[in-house]
Amino acid sequence: MSKKTLIDKLAILADAAKYDASCASSGTTKRDSLGGAGLGSTEGMGICHAYAPDGRCISLLKVLLTNFCIFDCRYCINRSSSNVERARFTPTELIKITLDFYKRNYIEGLFLSSGIIRSPDYTMEQLVEVARSLREDYGFRGYIHLKTIAEADSLLIEQAGLYADRLSVNIELPTQSGLKSFAPEKSEHTILKTMGEVKEKIDISKAEKKSRSKKRSNFVPDFAPAGQSTQMIIGADGSTDSDIIETSSRLYSGYKMRRVYYSAYSPIPDASRDLPPIAPPLVREHRLYQADWLYRFYDFEPAEILSSAQSGMLDLDIDPKLAWALKHREWFPMDVNRVSRKELLRIPGLGAIGADKVIRARRLTRLRLDDMAKLTQSLKKLLPFIETADWTPGHLTDAADLRQRFLPPPQQMALL
Amino acid sequence: MICVKLSSETDFEGWRKAARLLIQNQIKPCNVIWRVPSAPVSLLDSTYTDHTTLSSTTLSPKVPSAFPDIAHRVICHTDPERFARLYSLLFRLQTQPRLLSKHQDRDVIWLQNCDKAIRRDIHKMHAFVRFRKIGEGRYKREQFAAWFEPTHYITELGAPFFMRRFPNMDWAIVTPHRSALWDGRTLRFSEGGKQSDVPAYDAVEEQWKTYFKSIFNPARLKVQAMTSEMPKKYWHNLPEAELIPDLISSAKERERQMKETAVTSPNPLAAKLANRKQSDPS
Repeated sequence: MSKKTLIDKLAILADAAKYDASCASSGTTKRDSLGGAGLGSTEGMGICHAYAPDGRCISLLKVLLTNFCIFDCRYCINRSSSNVERARFTPTELIKITLDFYKRNYIEGLFLSSGIIRSPDYTMEQLVEVARSLREDYGFRGYIHLKTIAEADSLLIEQAGLYADRLSVNIELPTQSGLKSFAPEKSEHTILKTMGEVKEKIDISKAEKKSRSKKRSNFVPDFAPAGQSTQMIIGADGSTDSDIIETSSRLYSGYKMRRVYYSAYSPIPDASRDLPPIAPPLVREHRLYQADWLYRFYDFEPAEILSSAQSGMLDLDIDPKLAWALKHREWFPMDVNRVSRKELLRIPGLGAIGADKVIRARRLTRLRLDDMAKLTQSLKKLLPFIETADWTPGHLTDAADLRQRFLPPPQQMALL
Repeated sequence: MICVKLSSETDFEGWRKAARLLIQNQIKPCNVIWRVPSAPVSLLDSTYTDHTTLSSTTLSPKVPSAFPDIAHRVICHTDPERFARLYSLLFRLQTQPRLLSKHQDRDVIWLQNCDKAIRRDIHKMHAFVRFRKIGEGRYKREQFAAWFEPTHYITELGAPFFMRRFPNMDWAIVTPHRSALWDGRTLRFSEGGKQSDVPAYDAVEEQWKTYFKSIFNPARLKVQAMTSEMPKKYWHNLPEAELIPDLISSAKERERQMKETAVTSPNPLAAKLANRKQSDPS
């Protein structure tokens, strides 16, 4: 077998990394390289440098250090029982690619993960070494996201957090039983324990930073300033949306996750016989993200979002906010000239930006329907749910066929 | 009619000074003509009064604190009416100080849309500039150049980002109307250039294209989600974009193959590892 070139390795190790949904490069400390010897900057807002035809943002160089793995997680392309081609970067190779890409403005930084080789500690050491070298040997001030190996020693996690902007441990599956049957080497207990440690270190670092800025003492690097995130695979096991939403709300509140990513289980080359080859449930994934949004930014309780679910599953045809509103019509119509921001956010079709515009505009005038048309994206969606100076929906709010009106148009029949 | 002659398409200072003078003299927006150097000469030009003949007073126009920054950006929009419309907003702000909160007002909607377009264009410049390596210069500083075609006149607004990010390389960003040059000390701007001013190739692009191809999941094809964020107008300057048609057309077939190819027997390594674990419970 001929030796693999750098390009061969890149093809294998990027392919092996693409099932991780996260590519975020936002929310870290602001910094640049002016006056220093290195390169790189982060300015708060993430940048997507390209988009692949799957619609996903390419912000970071997302690769594995190696796809050799001693674990046998059934849903994973890199599991030990898979016959996928294997490769391994040396830290030097990976650092060179990262810097070459960065200098050409292809990426915001590196998202590095790895299959587990030899032992969790050994693997974690390798990841940390790449991040350390980028920071210390090359003065790299771009974004670094490191995957944390849950089973690794907490000292290694401590180091990882000093070099990385973000750390993540994947929860993998929404329920413990799912994890047991499909990821036999992993345990929910270990994963949550590591998440807890990361959370604690972030909290301590933040508290220290506060007292430091008062005392203006020496610079100490923040611990994972962009926080931690995690990922759950959707549709590989039998979990319901209700299982998923409950688990993720627990992760948000208990571990202060910045993001819980959902990744629709997708066909992989050389899949395990334990999992059915299915099309990835993309609509379901989308509805779960919308639900996640309601929970994080719109003040909805998980139980409220799930109140319209049937057998624990969200409605796939309409978005979860509309589904909630149709189930709770007693809240409507709302007078947009009067109700609070929190209430405005309950109106289907009105987002946070729209709500804020409404609030500012109504200080100057009593809003009419044509004002609402200019302030918002989809007046038609709002109509059954709002009152304005010149509009009241009357019986429309309680119409029995209201859900029908919002359904996507039926597919046109083809002529034979 | 009063005529204001601006020095360039992005002459914010010229616009600001003229607008102050016009407000001080209570000149209505409908009585002002704004001219950039490239504008065609009109037969009526000789009948207009140049704004510099107006006399200044101590009266200072008042604006909300956010307005100067927004105006600075919106001047860089390609809308030929931008100077006039910004002045008209400034004029109205003198009697309606809270006008900018009136999000349903036509002028305010125009302002917000232009500002949004400019911010987006700057953001896309930060995202889609692709440097190509030229070589190494003095003190072994690496030298790079990029050709970029923004939608609006945003080169000056977008360039400082690259100075903060890459202070230790020499770089040039060449656009049709303006070029930005950084040498480690000063960020300079000069006139626009041509695509042939920058290298046609960079060896690292082969690695980048390999990455782009490999990170794409054919089972999740969503072309519209891609084009809404990476519109086709940018594609011809993105080396990776030439791969997109093939990736799209082969996606369904690749997905089918993944689903239909018979599952191979498990890699014997897995069983070996499992055995080892059983015999060594530590």
